[in-house]
Amino acid sequence: MIWLDTLVQGILLGGLYALFAAGLSLVFGIMRLVNLAHGDMIVFAAFAILLITQTLGLHPFLAALIAAPVMFALGWALQRFVLNRVLGKDILPPLLVTFGLSVALQNGLLQGFSADSQRLAAGPLESASVDLGLVTVGWMPLLTFATAIAVIVGLNQIFYRTALGRAFRATSDDPVTASLMGIAPKGVFALATGLAMVVVTIAALYLGMRSNFDPSIGPARLIYAFEAVIIGGLGSLWGTLAGGVIIGVAQTFGAAINPEWQILAGHLAFLVVLLLRPRGLFPRAVD
Amino acid sequence: MILETRALTAAYGQFRALFGVDITLAAGETVAIIGANGAGKSTLLRSITGVLRNAPDMVLHRGEPIGALPPEIVMRRGIAMVPEGRKLFPSLSVEENLLIGGQVRRAPGPWSLAAIYDLFPILQAKRLAPGTSLSGGQQQMVAIGRALMSNPEVLLCDEISLGLAPVVIRDIYAALPAIKSTGTAVIVVEQDIARALSVADRVYCMMEGRVTLTAPAQGVTRAEIHQAYFGGAA
Amino acid sequence: MRVTTSTRTGRIAGLSALALVALALALPAFASRAVIQDLFTILTLLTLAQLWNLLAGYGGLVSVGQQAFVGLGAYAMFAGVILMGLDPILAIPLGGLAALALSIPTAFFAFRLQGAYFAIGTWVVAEVTRLLIAQWKTLGGGTGTSLPREATSDILGVEPIRVLFGLREAAARDVLAYWLALALAVLTIAAIYALLRNRLGLALAAVRDNTEAAKSVGIDTTRIKWAVFLIAAFVTGLTGALIYVQTARISPDAAFSVTNWTAYVIFIVVIGGIGRLEGPILGVIVFYALQQALADYGAWYLLTLGLIAVVVMLFAPRGLWGLLSDRTGLHLFPVRRRLERIDLEGGK
Ligand SMILES: Nc1ncnc2c1ncn2[C@@H]1O[C@H](COP(=O)(O)OP(=O)(O)OP(=O)(O)O)[C@@H](O)[C@H]1O
Ligand SMILES: [Mg+2]
Repeated sequence: MIWLDTLVQGILLGGLYALFAAGLSLVFGIMRLVNLAHGDMIVFAAFAILLITQTLGLHPFLAALIAAPVMFALGWALQRFVLNRVLGKDILPPLLVTFGLSVALQNGLLQGFSADSQRLAAGPLESASVDLGLVTVGWMPLLTFATAIAVIVGLNQIFYRTALGRAFRATSDDPVTASLMGIAPKGVFALATGLAMVVVTIAALYLGMRSNFDPSIGPARLIYAFEAVIIGGLGSLWGTLAGGVIIGVAQTFGAAINPEWQILAGHLAFLVVLLLRPRGLFPRAVD
Repeated sequence: MILETRALTAAYGQFRALFGVDITLAAGETVAIIGANGAGKSTLLRSITGVLRNAPDMVLHRGEPIGALPPEIVMRRGIAMVPEGRKLFPSLSVEENLLIGGQVRRAPGPWSLAAIYDLFPILQAKRLAPGTSLSGGQQQMVAIGRALMSNPEVLLCDEISLGLAPVVIRDIYAALPAIKSTGTAVIVVEQDIARALSVADRVYCMMEGRVTLTAPAQGVTRAEIHQAYFGGAA
Repeated sequence: MRVTTSTRTGRIAGLSALALVALALALPAFASRAVIQDLFTILTLLTLAQLWNLLAGYGGLVSVGQQAFVGLGAYAMFAGVILMGLDPILAIPLGGLAALALSIPTAFFAFRLQGAYFAIGTWVVAEVTRLLIAQWKTLGGGTGTSLPREATSDILGVEPIRVLFGLREAAARDVLAYWLALALAVLTIAAIYALLRNRLGLALAAVRDNTEAAKSVGIDTTRIKWAVFLIAAFVTGLTGALIYVQTARISPDAAFSVTNWTAYVIFIVVIGGIGRLEGPILGVIVFYALQQALADYGAWYLLTLGLIAVVVMLFAPRGLWGLLSDRTGLHLFPVRRRLERIDLEGGK
């Protein structure tokens, strides 16, 4: 029974990793940009939510509602004024710019908030759990997982049901031909990064309510997100959820055997998948 | 003049591809541009649409300089392009490929999804298939329909017969009179000279980045074209 | 006419470089211990930066996981000393070999990743290596360990240096480490320069500029990427081992630090000028000057470095050296091939 419990905890943890990964996947899918600052942006958003809860005395959920549009605007501006200038055939400049941003963000947060661990206080929700018969699960992990599914459904709706999503896909296929349709690729990219930052805010909300965070933990979140994306297969959001779940399950089983092996087990699961299925579990047909 | 280029020069990096090209297009007119491979025909269309940027007054739309505008702005002024090689979006279905053509600019006019399906009935049956799963001829129909969806003033077609079987080319060219009859001005870039002349009012021949012949489509002789096409003594 | 890569400034630079190396060799005779220690840091960073520049600037391989090779190289040296009783200096080559061994599976995994995801792939391998090493209890596990006193007390070559300069033992050890770092840096730069000047240089340029085109003219791009990656890993491992001979104390977090061994190195290359041998040299000087100026400001220092790197990539993507050589036409290490007219008449 303990193993079933471990499995369920791992699956639910995968929801958090899928939330980390969705924004990364979105940005890569549309503009082939690998954002090395993605993890630090999640941490940044968590501090933004923290700041709002502290100054306005709001619950984290409400604070995230305020943080989301701010993050959207920041993401839009970052893309518009910085990243668009370095996008191109050469993959070096965007990587180096986002790496510089990553280090700058980490140290900016360190300067502003110190290295202390923080947490978003979610009230009674933090410890509430529900008995599902065979296992008992916390409301918070359950809510995280449900949110991950909702985010993926929502993003897929945007992608496949709206004019904006059509523009996303067309620009991703071929920006020059998209511009011949009257679509400004750089504007589309800015919207995409803004949207990704909204997802980042949601990820940050759950990160902050479920565990402690401090300015240094961004890179590890980037790595989890990246592993989930690669396991899932580039460009597939549902695949990303599967990737998150695989890492989550590997981690909880690793931790059940020896607490020191939690993180290692997740990475090893990633390497095994990369070995067996280099293109991920659900590779996109066209690419 | 609805569209005009003046002493248009264009280059890819160090390589000059156009050397002072002057062409004009009147409202409702159809102009053919012919020339051998590498003559600069596609470069000319890329310069008009803004994919290649030029000095502002090298390209005029209704007398206004548009040579330096980016393609998305040029398109919104009513200049639509059927690019060489069709360039359908692989992630979009046939219908989505059509819709995206009229997504940003949708001027009042005759063209709509229903009108396109009337023009090319086969597309209706395939509307949910991925655009790139169609045959070459059907893809070309989608590309033309996609450009029409914005109800453009000017339609630019780059080698719409490229790589297609003669019967298919005939089907596609059969649609041109319907397009012209709505008042749209058209530029067709072609290697298939006879086909181009059959639909055009006037013809320009290009060679090595220059216009070597301007003539009415009816009455131009084979010898003139041959001379302009290959240069030197024909 | 003949094809040549030599230029007048190149020859002058070569002579000045020789003079500079001679001066650097003699430096311990009159410089203070603090200067020697600082120079040790600068030289090892310069070596790491040249190697990263070879990877990213010439090979197009943006690795964010070089700390794996620094850390493993250092740990292999420690293992040689603690488990095999080797002299620390003699254990340094173990560092190179261990890094080389790790680079093979790393390349195998990371080269499977598309384009820019290669960067994070190397990072994952570095994390895995760090976590595995932290499980190695004989070498201190997660908290780390120090080189035993017996091993550091009579390191090969320290005694003659002590006598020669009349120094205390610890200072003499620093001088030895400094000389080794100097040798490593000079040899690395010379080797990369030689590499770029022969056929590999041409092949690398082709691979970086256009992989498809390079393939079509018969250059085996995969083999070249492998070669560059393995060479860089080997020397990075040697450097890591040397750094920790001098430090004499190791922990997984320090030895596998992405900030110390990769972020600093990336900033040095980017600020100095990527894809140029001169870049890392200029970069390390700027880096050191900034470090001195901002040392007391903690996180501000890294914040500033990060932002400078972003600004440089936006406005001067070829770095400070790029700006400088555009203004002056200066090339200290000419690698570009030029056609030279040989004057058949002789004389002017
Ligand atoms: N992207 C490019 N980069 C460099 N040179 C190009 C590029 N595109 C075209 N050229 C060159 O510009 C010249 C004109 O090319 P263009 O494509 O305009 O010719 P074209 O008349 O359309 O030929 P075709 O009938 O083959 O389509 C050619 O010499 C071609 O090699
Ligand atoms: Mg063409």
